[in-house]
Parts: sequence; structure tokens; C-alpha cells
Amino acid sequence: MSTTSAAPKHARPSGSGVEPILSVEDLQMYFPVKSRGVIRRTIGHVQAVDGVSFEVPKGGSLGLVGESGCGKSTTGRLITRLYKPTGGSIGFEGEDIAGFSPRQLMPLRREIQMIFQDPATSLNPRHTVGQIIGAPLVIHKITGKDGVMPRVKELLEIVGLNPEHVNRYPHEFSGGQRQRIGIARALTLQPKLLVADEPVSALDVSIQAQVINLLQDLQREFDIAFLFIAHDLAIVRHFCPEIAVMYLGKIVEVADRESLYTRPLHPYTQALLSAVPDVRQAAVGGRRERIRLQGDVPSPINPPSGCRFRTRCPIAKDVCAKVEPPLMQVGPRHKVACHFAGELGHHPAVPVTGIDVEGAATGGTVVESAGPGFEDTWLDLSTGQRTGA
Amino acid sequence: MSLSESQLEVSPTPDEPKADDQPQSLEGLSPTKLAVRRFRKDRLSMIAFYVVAFVLVAAILAPIFTKIGIIDPISLNQDDKLIDPTLGGLPRGAAGGITWAHPLGIEPGTGRDVLSRLWYGVTFSLSISLAAAIVAIVVGTVLGIIAGFSGGLIDATVGRLIDLTLSFPQTLMLLALSSIFVAAIQQRTGLSTNPANAVYEIGVLGLFGWPAVARLIRGQVLSIREREFIEAAKLLGASPRRLYFKEILPNVWAPLLVSFTLITPQYVSAEAALSYLGVGIKPPTPTLGNILTDGVNYALTDFTYFLFPAIVIAVIVVSLNLFGDGVRDALDPKADR
Repeated sequence: MSTTSAAPKHARPSGSGVEPILSVEDLQMYFPVKSRGVIRRTIGHVQAVDGVSFEVPKGGSLGLVGESGCGKSTTGRLITRLYKPTGGSIGFEGEDIAGFSPRQLMPLRREIQMIFQDPATSLNPRHTVGQIIGAPLVIHKITGKDGVMPRVKELLEIVGLNPEHVNRYPHEFSGGQRQRIGIARALTLQPKLLVADEPVSALDVSIQAQVINLLQDLQREFDIAFLFIAHDLAIVRHFCPEIAVMYLGKIVEVADRESLYTRPLHPYTQALLSAVPDVRQAAVGGRRERIRLQGDVPSPINPPSGCRFRTRCPIAKDVCAKVEPPLMQVGPRHKVACHFAGELGHHPAVPVTGIDVEGAATGGTVVESAGPGFEDTWLDLSTGQRTGA
Repeated sequence: MSLSESQLEVSPTPDEPKADDQPQSLEGLSPTKLAVRRFRKDRLSMIAFYVVAFVLVAAILAPIFTKIGIIDPISLNQDDKLIDPTLGGLPRGAAGGITWAHPLGIEPGTGRDVLSRLWYGVTFSLSISLAAAIVAIVVGTVLGIIAGFSGGLIDATVGRLIDLTLSFPQTLMLLALSSIFVAAIQQRTGLSTNPANAVYEIGVLGLFGWPAVARLIRGQVLSIREREFIEAAKLLGASPRRLYFKEILPNVWAPLLVSFTLITPQYVSAEAALSYLGVGIKPPTPTLGNILTDGVNYALTDFTYFLFPAIVIAVIVVSLNLFGDGVRDALDPKADR
């Protein structure tokens, strides 16, 4: 059996049968780096997002995790089309919105909204709460002038704030309350997809749970799909049934919650998870081995050849510098991009990506899945055989 | 969430620090209201404010008082009891002819009432200064916001325009081009000499004053446009107009107000200086500038006639400056002085 190169189109239903609301394929965002001086030549590109594919099911949520600067916030801003992607497609309800003009995007603004990271800067300090939450209605001319206030008060109640506070200013609220205002603004137009860009990382830990619970209630009540961007793995685990791990502009592992947290296969995911404090282990006095990654994240202007993680990878071999590992499916809802994918401490000695240690193709079984969804068959890493559902 | 919980959650904010002694009430205190509170606590600023308010009220009342005959800045008074023709028209009596009828004395030569002329002069001088300040603020704000928000080529173009304007020898140009431009204005609009002079002065002061404002606003906008609420507004589909005027402009009110209150006194003294150089409104119409210019001729023979306009200019300039400083401190309590 030779390498199966799957090229699914974004309208294809995913393996689970739930139709995706958002289907991102091979998304790229290169920011030009200009030289200084009068004639500003482009001297390079920051490859902030480089070939990312994933999908978000209707009413579901996908978590996007990774360390600072890995491109997860850029991805969020591409989905909301605050940036225009350099390449790739963003399928939203079957339409590719990647190349939409501002005029075409206008109706879309109602469907895709965003919750920002820092509630201190995401609310205009000179506007009252009523003006902030009512702004979407005014901009889209949805209700008359009389219709704004009742809706604003309704939204304040939905997010758990006192509707009488409409005439207050953001600085009069605490961080958690301000984030609720931001959430209310995002909800005003009744969106189908919310991009939550680290919605709780700027909040006090005691408030984080409140806001997360609010988001979950809203998701259930209004059937909103979430792209949940975070670096806190515990919160993502609580919120998202499916999680994608990004490193330096690429997705290195995507899996459902159980697979990712109990059986991570990529050394980067394993390192991330080893950094999460574990209450149960702490209770019995045990300590999990902490994987310490050496060095800094390489520059996205000039990323390493082959596998981007190899410069910090504890199990990297020579072949990792030569061949970039494809994203391949290794479980019913589990994809990983690593030549030596395997459970912690059981990484195979030879690449599982259909090449030998020199980088030459061996013709071994590989189920590549570069598209947004999951394949129906996958490679069972323990047997090396193609398996189906 | 109930009120009691919201009271529990109130925390100091990094963005808009509020005074410690604020009672919690349901009515929100806008950042402006907080600034007014801070301003009222500053005694020096409040004194300056009262002086500025007094000057403004006086300036507004001057034309009305003239009309009903309480003050008279124009009519001559060639009474030999008041001025001494043998001394070239110097006022009789002590300190420039100060009497109950003429509390600040009378003008040498013409015998006009100095108080009336100064009073009306404040009106003209302040009108010109305020109008020029408004021109500078409006032009500077519009160009500053556009440059700061657009960036790139537009920003660079405005930047060069600022450099060009600042490097221009403006005093020289004000003098050299005065007669040509005033004549052109008269021809185009049919205005008489003094209104045309005023238009010229306002235009030139304003058009040389905007670069400072534009630079200030551009800097502010550069930091504001990176804040997430601008992204949030874009995400909602806000038009550039809404972004400029609804999202950004309210956030630059503070520096605008400060530069307005600090530019105006500059223009009051500029008007006086230009009058001395022969630009601007010409006598017999009184402005602080041309009264002072006239007074300089009598600095040795009729000292009070020189002293009073100088005092009035100094009081207006100092109180406006102190007022501006107070406004700045109230709006931005973190700023270093």
C-alpha cells in the first residue's frame, strides 16, 4: 500500500458526521518584513501561520493551544478576517471567505464575532456600556434608536450583569465584569461562530471559572460554535471536545480531548502537558516527569528546515531536519505530525511516516490527512497497519 | 449579578485611575466627570479658571456695553481739561489722567478712554486668538488622526508636510506677504481692511500652528489604534468615519483640550507681537497688541498707558496657561510635569 494523499475539499463532512460550520484549509499568513529607510523593500516574511487546516463543528468547539508567538491569535484574526490571509481557504457555511472584500464581509460580521483577550483594552474607555453593547445594532442598523436599549439590557442580563449599569463606563467594572461586557457585545448580533482569543487569560483565576461557565451556558443556549484560543491546557480541556496544538505556525497534533490528554503522541504536546500541574498526583505526593524544552522558539522569519520543532525536540534525529513530517491520522479522531510519533517514552526508533532514517521513501503505510477534517481510516501505530472505523 | 456583588468586584483599573473617595452610585461617572473633580481640587487651577471665565465674560460683554454706551473705545475726547496740547496731547493729572470717569486714564493725543479700549481690545484679541487656535486644532486633528491611523504613505506625506511647515520662516512670511494677501482677501471677498487683516492673521497663525497639534494627535492615535477596541469596532464592520470620530476622537479629547488651552495664550502674545510689527488689525480699532504698540511710544512720558495693556496681556496669558496646565493634570494624573 502506498502513501495515500488525501485532498479533501472543505465542504466534505467530517468523520463524526457533524457538519462543520468552519472549515479551514492550508491557511497561510505571511507578514512582510520591511527594510528601514525611504525605499522599504520587503526583506523577508514572518510566517505566522503556515498551512493550517482544521474544522469547527456546528455548535461545537475546537481548542487551539500553543505557546506565545506560535500563530494562534493570528489564526483567530484570520478567521474573523481582521487580516486577509496570504493563502488557503476559510470555508464558513460552505462559502470561502478568505478573499472577501470589506463589503462582502459586512453580512458576515453578524455571523462571526470575537471575544478579546484583554478586557482592559477591548472596551473603549470613553463609551458607556450601553454604547459599547449597542454599537453592533447601530452599525448594522438592525433596530431603530428605540430598540437598542431594551436589547442592551437584555444582553446585560444574559451575561449576568445588572441591566441598570448601562450608563456606566468600563473603568467602573472589574476585569471579570468587563469581560462579560465584551462577551455581551460579541453576542449582540447573535453570531454562529465565536472566536475566543484567550478570553480568560487576563482574568483572576477565581474569575476565570465564572467566565468559562458563562461561555458554556451561552454555547448551550444559543448553539454557538467556538474557536477557543488559549495557552492554558486545563481550561481548554474543560471547554473543548477537540483540541489542536500549534507550534510555530503549524498544527502538530489534533485530537479529541481524551486522546490528546491521555495519549499525546507528539513530543511537543507531551512537553506542554508535562507542564500542567496535576492535582491528583500532587495529592499522593507523586510527581510527573517534567519535560523541559531547551532554548527559545525559533524565529518565524526563518523557521528550521524539516520539522519546525526539531531544534528543541528531545527525540529529534537527523531525518527531522531533512523531511517535514506530514500531518497523518493515527486514530479515529487523532492526527499528528511527527516522524517518531509515539506515547511518551515509547517513541519508535524508525520513522512512522513512510521514510527511512535517511529520508528515503520506504513505501510503508501512512494515512496523510492534510485537510481540515478526519479520514475514515487511520494508521494504527502499534501494529503499523491501516485500520478503519 | 446583583449590586452587592458588583460592589465586591470593584477593583482599581490600570486604564482610568479613579479618585479614592468616590461613593458608589448607579449613575456612572464618565472619565470627564472624574477629571472635573480632580480639577476642582486644584486651587491654583481654579483661580486661573475664574480669571479666564471673567476675561471671557468681559470679552463677550464689551460689544453690548459699547452699544448701550457704558464704554466708548472709539470717540475722541479733545477736551483741554483732560489732555495738554502743549505737551503733545499728554493727559493732565496723575498717572495718565486717572479719574473716576476714566479709571485707567486716557489715551495720549486722542483722549479716548483707556479702560474702554482695553476692554474692547480683549474682545478682538481673544476672538483672533481663539479663531486661530480653532483653525490649528481642527486642521491638526484631522491630519493627525488620518496620518496616525492610516500609516504608510499617507503618514509619511503628512510627516513631510509638517516638517515643511515648521521649517518655514513664518514671521518673515507673515510680514512680507501681509499686504499682498490682505489685498487679495479684500478683492475676493469684498471685506474692508480690518476684517481682511483679521482673516489673514487668523489664517496664518492657524495654518502655522497645526503641525504641533497634528504631531501630538498622531502620536496618540498610534497608540490608540493598537488597542483591541479598535479591532472590535472593525470586526463589527464600523466605517472609517465611525472609527475616526466615534472610537478615536473621544480618546484624544484630553490632549486636544490641553493643546487648545495652551495654544490660545500663545496666540494672544503673538497677536501683540504682530501688531508691533504692523500686521493684523489696525488702529483705531483696539486690540491688546496695537494698544500696547501705541503705549510703547509713551513708555517714559505716560508710563501707565504702557503698563495697563501689558498687565492685561500678562494676566490673560498666565491665567490661560495655568488653566491649561490644570486641565492637563486633571485629565492625565499620571503625566509627569
